[in-house]
Amino acid sequence: MSDRHLSDDVVARARSLVGLYPHPRSALIPICHLAQEQDGWLRPEAIGEIAEIVGVTPAEVLGTASFYDMLHTEPVGRYLVSVCTNIACMLRGAYELLDHAESRLGVRCGATTSDALFTLEEAECLADCGRAPCLQVNHRFFGDVTPEVFDALIDDLAAGRLDDDVPRHGTLVRIRRDGGLRVDADVLVAERDRSRAAAAERARRAEATGAGASSGGSGGGS
Amino acid sequence: MTITDAPKILTSRLGRDDSHTLAGYLDSGGYAGLRKALTMTPEAVAAEVDAVSLLGRGGAGFPAGRKWAMLRQAPTTYLVVNGDESEPATFKDHLLLERDPHQLIEGVVIAAYALQVTQAFIYVRGEFALGLERVTAAVNDAYAHGAVGRDIFGSDFSVDVVVHPGAGAYICGEETALLESLEGKRGFPRIKPPYFPAAVGLYGEPTVVNNVETLSNLPWVITNGSAAFAALGAGRSTGTRLFALAGHVRNPGVYEVEMVKTTFRDLIYAPVLGGGVLGGRELKAIIPGGVSAPWFGPEHLDLPLGQDEVAEQNSMLGSGSIVVMDESTCVVRAAWRITRFFWRESCGQCTPCREGSGWLEKILRRIEDGSGREADLDLLMDACDNIAPGLSWPPKQTTICVLGPSIPSSIASALRMFRDEFLVHVKEGGCPRG
Repeated sequence: MSDRHLSDDVVARARSLVGLYPHPRSALIPICHLAQEQDGWLRPEAIGEIAEIVGVTPAEVLGTASFYDMLHTEPVGRYLVSVCTNIACMLRGAYELLDHAESRLGVRCGATTSDALFTLEEAECLADCGRAPCLQVNHRFFGDVTPEVFDALIDDLAAGRLDDDVPRHGTLVRIRRDGGLRVDADVLVAERDRSRAAAAERARRAEATGAGASSGGSGGGS
Repeated sequence: MTITDAPKILTSRLGRDDSHTLAGYLDSGGYAGLRKALTMTPEAVAAEVDAVSLLGRGGAGFPAGRKWAMLRQAPTTYLVVNGDESEPATFKDHLLLERDPHQLIEGVVIAAYALQVTQAFIYVRGEFALGLERVTAAVNDAYAHGAVGRDIFGSDFSVDVVVHPGAGAYICGEETALLESLEGKRGFPRIKPPYFPAAVGLYGEPTVVNNVETLSNLPWVITNGSAAFAALGAGRSTGTRLFALAGHVRNPGVYEVEMVKTTFRDLIYAPVLGGGVLGGRELKAIIPGGVSAPWFGPEHLDLPLGQDEVAEQNSMLGSGSIVVMDESTCVVRAAWRITRFFWRESCGQCTPCREGSGWLEKILRRIEDGSGREADLDLLMDACDNIAPGLSWPPKQTTICVLGPSIPSSIASALRMFRDEFLVHVKEGGCPRG
């Protein structure tokens, strides 16, 4: 397996992810995150191997991945700096912050610094509006960001002082699920059968009492 | 101005540093609701939820009990939690996921028991890295504690819970798009009918999709009973609700207040809540339920925070987000930024939404930048009308999902309330505020 691109650890974790879902394809996006954890972005070799693991074509993996902002089909810097400029942050100076970020990093929005350390992007609402303007670095939150706070943050990141809080780009969840599903398939099937039988019994009773029509069902739009 | 002394149903634990841990959760009464639920029949648990008129806290406000009732005809196969909070300026599920993940998990298992579901998925917005880590750790601990998994608390009931990360797409908050995403596909909303995942959901099977905040209410509802919950609020809007207050307020943040009994004015101006407009400036407008909602002016401040009360004034409480804009705000710029958001996030399936959002963004930008024409004002309304014919509320739909019809809300509101400001932009060749 040495000619494989994804590491044995990533492949093992990917296979255990597949085991969590009734259909393997559901693990596609979580496995893309794992591939980004290894490489920082989705390399073509990784896309091919993900396709194999979940049983679809590489085109289907790329077609899915390219829909999502967090899945990168081109390299990004070690630190992805996402500055929110949506309404709540805009009202509190987000565009001024973005201008400052461009001049501090010396790149336009969307670009990566020449040392490949920082990629700057304009983000949609990151849901931290209580601390606007906010930003994320590799999806870790920083709030109430003034230009001074921004400069200090960039200095700290470049010096590696925040390595414990902000892992390199691609690492999303550092907590691993400790084990697969705990409920055996036969238990699930038995429980589902019991549930179906109980529902059928409820329906039969409802019909017998003539109350069947009132128990909800195919109502219109909300 | 009075703030009711309603109990904190969702945020009681947030004063604790260890609110996200199993130890902290158990120390503050955690999992008592689940233990009690397991002594009841599933039907009795469902009946409790039905009895409280728990309106969904995601945005549409559909009663959770009614959603569940649809499943009684065909047994539910899956329970899916919508934790893809992405409506701009909404940040209350973010708080619940990071700070009280066990409360959500307890709610999930209670719901699973009521619905007799054996598999639940918690779909968490991908950008919530800390939330994902906290919920994953909490699920691990809940398994070890016997609150999730096989034979929960010795009850013979079993359910598996899987935490699923999103990957950055606003549209995946739409429940059928969320299900597509959970199936490993692009987040394309599904064509309706079928309207409800209860009929055709995950993998084509009957599925219930509930919001994080909605399910986080369940431990309290079961522990304290439906009557205690229903005693709060008024009309159909019972209980408390989390409101995410943002923009030009002194104290932006998430506040849990009693529904209906609290007004917009209370929330924005009460010293213990929003604390008033930033810098003591005048209020210009508020966006009452996420950026998909039509705006309100100062004349609506005394409106109660209730779902039907707000709907009667032709807007919505939606996702529980309230954005305050003060007198210094350029409404053209605000409408442009919101429209730009929809343009970026349109999934692209439907022409009116995909193309309309882009055209509207360009027109608004040129007005703001000084290249606008007076005819652009009518052009904006015409393009909006092509997306949501008649521009009524709730909007008519030319698209698969409600993202498209949400686009005109901010533009039509800004033009209706502040038409003069648009004209000033046109006449003075750009934004007078610079």
